[in-house]
Amino acid sequence: MSNHIENNNQFVIFKLDNEYYGIPINYVETIEKVHEITRVPNTPSYVKGVINLRGVVVPVVDLRQRFSLSPKAVSNESRIIILSIEEVVVGLLVDNSSEVLTIPEDSIDNTNNLVNSFEDDYIKGIGKVDERMIIIIDIPVILGITIEK
Amino acid sequence: MDMSQYLDIFIEESKEHLQNMNQTLLQLEQAPEELSLLNEIFRIAHTLKGMSSTMGFNNIAHLTHEMENQLHAIRSGELKINTKIIDLLFTCFDQLDKYIGQVEVSGSEGEMISRDLIKQLETLQSTDNTTTTATPTNEIVINDCLNIQLSEYVHNVLKKAAAEELNTYMVRITLDSKCMLKSARSYIIINTLERLAEIIHSNPSIEDIEDEKFDNKFELVLVTKSDKKVLEKELSEISEIEAIEIIDLKTNDIKIEKKEEEALALPEAEEEHQQTSTNTNESRNKKGKTGKTVRVDIDRLDNLMNLVSELIIIKTRLEDIDGSNTTHNNMHEAIEYMERITTSLHDAVMKVRMVPIERVFNRFPRMVRDLSRDLGKEITLYMSGEETEVDRTVIDEIGDPLIHLIRNSIDHGIEDPETRTKANKAKNGTVKLVAYPDGNSVVIEVEDDGKGIDIERVKAKGIERGIITLAQSQSMDDNEIIQLLFHPGFSTAEKISDISGRGVGLDVVKTKIESLGGVVEVDSKQGRGSKFIIRLPLTLAIIQALLVNVGAEKYAVPLNNIKEITTIASSTIRKVQNNEVVLYRNATLPILRLSNLLNVEVEAKNEEEEYIVVIVKKGDKTAGLIVDHLIGQQEIVIKSLGKFLSNIKAIAGATILGNGSVALIVDTNSFF
Repeated sequence: MSNHIENNNQFVIFKLDNEYYGIPINYVETIEKVHEITRVPNTPSYVKGVINLRGVVVPVVDLRQRFSLSPKAVSNESRIIILSIEEVVVGLLVDNSSEVLTIPEDSIDNTNNLVNSFEDDYIKGIGKVDERMIIIIDIPVILGITIEK
Repeated sequence: MDMSQYLDIFIEESKEHLQNMNQTLLQLEQAPEELSLLNEIFRIAHTLKGMSSTMGFNNIAHLTHEMENQLHAIRSGELKINTKIIDLLFTCFDQLDKYIGQVEVSGSEGEMISRDLIKQLETLQSTDNTTTTATPTNEIVINDCLNIQLSEYVHNVLKKAAAEELNTYMVRITLDSKCMLKSARSYIIINTLERLAEIIHSNPSIEDIEDEKFDNKFELVLVTKSDKKVLEKELSEISEIEAIEIIDLKTNDIKIEKKEEEALALPEAEEEHQQTSTNTNESRNKKGKTGKTVRVDIDRLDNLMNLVSELIIIKTRLEDIDGSNTTHNNMHEAIEYMERITTSLHDAVMKVRMVPIERVFNRFPRMVRDLSRDLGKEITLYMSGEETEVDRTVIDEIGDPLIHLIRNSIDHGIEDPETRTKANKAKNGTVKLVAYPDGNSVVIEVEDDGKGIDIERVKAKGIERGIITLAQSQSMDDNEIIQLLFHPGFSTAEKISDISGRGVGLDVVKTKIESLGGVVEVDSKQGRGSKFIIRLPLTLAIIQALLVNVGAEKYAVPLNNIKEITTIASSTIRKVQNNEVVLYRNATLPILRLSNLLNVEVEAKNEEEEYIVVIVKKGDKTAGLIVDHLIGQQEIVIKSLGKFLSNIKAIAGATILGNGSVALIVDTNSFF
């Protein structure tokens, strides 16, 4: 469990603006189209609300907000990626998600070597596939979930 | 072989056994002569030993083995039961409880080795050994009398054997003094005998023989179909035996009985014991029947619950369709039918989830016993309504709050014996623990006949702790002052004790009960005692709720929190210290705008307009919530928001409406 990049090289790829991001596939339960989201008061601004996922109420995090990107209306392309980490089920609202890629480990650069200029706390590495750069995000850090080792 | 799949079963069963053991130990303390209780504890220890060694939990197995040894000694009359032994058994029980707890948390029993305990058990054994090794020499002298220390258990078996026309013998074996492997040799002897007979008693115990804890003589009492000669022949084939003596017990049977009765000089008590021990079988049978329970995986139940909730959702949806299609009478009937089904399905599932509160109550007699001992108070605990059933989730959560309350009663409530005698009260204090169902809720009361709550002292403490001001205290009535007890960081115990008085007690109790959707009330009379009343909802999963609009959003308000619904003119709202209040039925009613509490954007209303106010209550307190529209009353299924969104201010959970959208449930308790 400690290092998903090492154990599993498949990633669900999604887009925010023009950047590609990747999430280790073993976190991902399903990918859903966006239906009605109910706002939940008294929560951090990046919590978009909750949805009804086949009888289960699942919180949705607006990843654009979380990354402080400019707000963008939900479109037909928008998707909610349902993740399950340590018994916590959360949805991530993203602009678009369509593919699963295998990124070999040697094509992933560890960002620890890079300059800390960027808010790179939640960036686990940068993968290169063909000519695309894929930002691999650290899901537990983004969601503030501590993983017991 | 992988045992982990049996771990859950092991834990569950061990807990059940431990609970039985605890109960039986308590009973044994009251009636130490009761052999059936001893047998029960022995049986439990034995079962636990078997279970734990199968699972590879050697520490548990070792401890239970030693317990078994000691219990065996008591049972066979080699050891007299006394409070010290009972205390030791209790400590053993605690240790076992810890082990099982550890297993539950980590899946392994951990490194705790109960060396001290085992040693204590062993020393009891060895002191016992010295006495028994001393007695055999005596016994041989008074050979004819057969004045062996036969326990009632052995006695009974002998009687039964006689009734069934079986032979009973006492076999006295003396091993060759040159015998090197005494235990192996005696093992062969015992094995040989076991093929032919049932060994019901041995002196020293079989375990001691196995451990070579004997000189070179031992005695066995046998029940067998075989003849004396057969036994003699079989035994004579074994080498390294110096002497074999087989005595027929049948003829001496009556003699033994008389001897024992004389020795005890308590013939009546003796008779009673014999009665009770013959009852043992009956009571055991009874236990087997009543104790039959089906263990249901909570996950499966949740699944069933989910299905029911889906059904309810579809029912609501059908009802909506019905509204637009009034011509279809059949549809209407179908819906009614389905409503009946869902209701009974709901009831059925709820019942599966229900567990008698006994499971929680069981641990209290022991706790009260220990506490009253530690504090030097004499306290009797009365419990009733243990059969009252509550939801499984409540069972798991209610234990700690009740422990707090009972500890409080014992520590703060009940006075020490001298004070009580001075106050013209019975020396013996009582704590009553009562549970009963009341409509759609369950009530649990913790009552003591101690000194009650000292209003003045609570008031003084409240001021001292800065919880209230002097001015405030003067306008407060008794009830309000008692409520201070529930304030975080409040404790009136002058001495901080182990039992309570760290000032974390009552506010924790309150928070816990409220998180379960319940309330705590206090009723106290100075000098006479106090009573804490916990009221909990019967079910936690499906409730009646009022759906309201706040702006464009829909919210659900649990119906049992609602006192009434009314309209008030906006002009009657007054501002007092920045809080809005209204005079309603000659009392001030605080007004809260839900749109503010929930950060909903709504258009500002004109002063002339009337507001719809939902008056919610919590205990004696009320508050009015301004909402925009009332949608209606509906049965809703409570869904958790999940771990990611736990503890959100003003929100208790969510529910799914007929159209599939999510509505949030307002936590009205958080407004007080």
